Amino acid sequence: MSAAHAPAGRRAGGLAQGLLARLGPVVLAVLLWQWAALAAGSPFFPPPGRIAGRVAELWFSEPLLTERFWQDAGPSVLRALTGWLAGAALGVVVGLAAGLWKAAAGYVDPPVNFLRSLPKPAIVPVFLLVFGSGDLMRIGLITFGCVWPVLLNTMQGVRSVDPMYLETARAFHIPPRTQLLRVVIPAALPKIFAGMRVTLSLSLILMVLSEWLLADHGLGHFLITAQRTFEILDVWAAIVLLGLLGYLLNVLFLAAERRVLRSRPS
Amino acid sequence: MTALQVSNLSKSYGEGNPALHNLSFEVREGELLSIVGPSGCGKTTLLKCVAGLVPATRGEVRVHGEEVSGVPEGLAVVFQDYGRSLFPWMKVGQNVEFPLETLRLPKAERQERVERSLAAVGLEGKHERYPWQLSGGMQQRVAIARALAYRPKVLLMDEPFASVDAQTRSGLEDLTRRVHLEFGMTILFVTHDIDESVYLADRLVVLRRSPGSVLAELVIELPRVRDQIVTKSLPAFVRQRSVVAQHIKDAS
Ligand SMILES: Nc1ncnc2c1ncn2[C@@H]1O[C@H](COP(=O)(O)OP(=O)(O)O)[C@@H](O)[C@H]1O
Ligand SMILES: [Mg+2]
Repeated sequence: MSAAHAPAGRRAGGLAQGLLARLGPVVLAVLLWQWAALAAGSPFFPPPGRIAGRVAELWFSEPLLTERFWQDAGPSVLRALTGWLAGAALGVVVGLAAGLWKAAAGYVDPPVNFLRSLPKPAIVPVFLLVFGSGDLMRIGLITFGCVWPVLLNTMQGVRSVDPMYLETARAFHIPPRTQLLRVVIPAALPKIFAGMRVTLSLSLILMVLSEWLLADHGLGHFLITAQRTFEILDVWAAIVLLGLLGYLLNVLFLAAERRVLRSRPS
Repeated sequence: MTALQVSNLSKSYGEGNPALHNLSFEVREGELLSIVGPSGCGKTTLLKCVAGLVPATRGEVRVHGEEVSGVPEGLAVVFQDYGRSLFPWMKVGQNVEFPLETLRLPKAERQERVERSLAAVGLEGKHERYPWQLSGGMQQRVAIARALAYRPKVLLMDEPFASVDAQTRSGLEDLTRRVHLEFGMTILFVTHDIDESVYLADRLVVLRRSPGSVLAELVIELPRVRDQIVTKSLPAFVRQRSVVAQHIKDAS
């Protein structure tokens, strides 16, 4: 509010100050790390400057992104996003059905909570047996991990739709299908998005995990190979790239979420 | 002609004391009937039974001669809680238009109705706003516009002005009266406010509490066209409002 009335100079100053307040600690931490790494000289902890150089060399040179970038990160991101979307779609559909069918709540809730709490790596051997060691196993694992939070959130979102909305819809003879599409789903949407936000980072975790197993490309494979061959700098470079990708995906998702939900009271 | 007939209506929620017991009254075509009673006497329950939103335990409700089982045709409701009956993800215009889509009206007619009903409640040009960007009184006017655009034969209103400020409230009362006269609409108006019930009504039913039942019925002796200041200082208004107040006092 007050920023809108502030003179332009002060506003720009405020912006710079805000940016400094946010980035300051990060810059400071990196500098400290650089200094500590140089001082310690441990081969396991290369200084961030060298890691950044390696990241740039491997993935971010030539015009903008190297061919290696597409080879290493491309399939990984594709797997993560495919599994994430499949999990979200499945979670929304089943969550809607389970949320609407009140009588089923007692039967649905316990198994869903059980499966959700299952540590995902525990299911890997089963997936390996059933789907083999290809992409089907990897995407299946990511999907399996992403289904539950979305399913639970959708179910809760549907169950907590304000009964007044439904009563209003009923009073105006809105048919059930239209009620579902125009009232129930929009009302549950914030919860659905919250579930999808949680599973976005989960999909990256499971992607890395799945690529440790019998993969011949992808970032997880790159990471585990670098570790086995003691390419410490490459290990760190892969970690940094994964962090950057995770951050970027999250930013994109938040922007999309804000766009879809922009018509809501805050 | 009888627009709405309630006969020996009783309603219990589960085991406890009944919310309504053996209620009977009728609303004539084109009449505005006020129902007044203390809070918790079953006004909302009564209205939901009439709207077919909750089933009666005993007795029956007939709208234009037809027994109510589901929500009857040609009936619209304005709820007390406008904040929860307008859909926050729809713009004002979309909220008003939404029920019309189910009526399968052509787009042009829907838009004309939206225009006209928003204009009738003094909200022309607010289509593109979201309800939560408007004041409480304006939101309730959107809810009224939505009901008007639906062109119901019978309009049910459940304490629609209970949570707006006094100034806005007078304006909305006059709006209700005007809609009633201009569109010849049958209105069942529920309130706990004695002044409001007398000011608005052609006829009035007083309810008592636990269980909700009819305590008294009176014909309001005021001119059809009313004015907040002039009407409320008429001897008939003053007398009838104290009759109602006495009934409610005696019952509690
Ligand atoms: N859904 C419900 N379940 C159980 N009891 C209810 C329900 N709705 C209302 N009641 C009870 O019925 C009585 C009448 O309530 P209500 O119709 O809301 O009264 P009013 O609208 O006059 O304030 C109250 O005692 C209330 O607690
Ligand atoms: Mg009530």
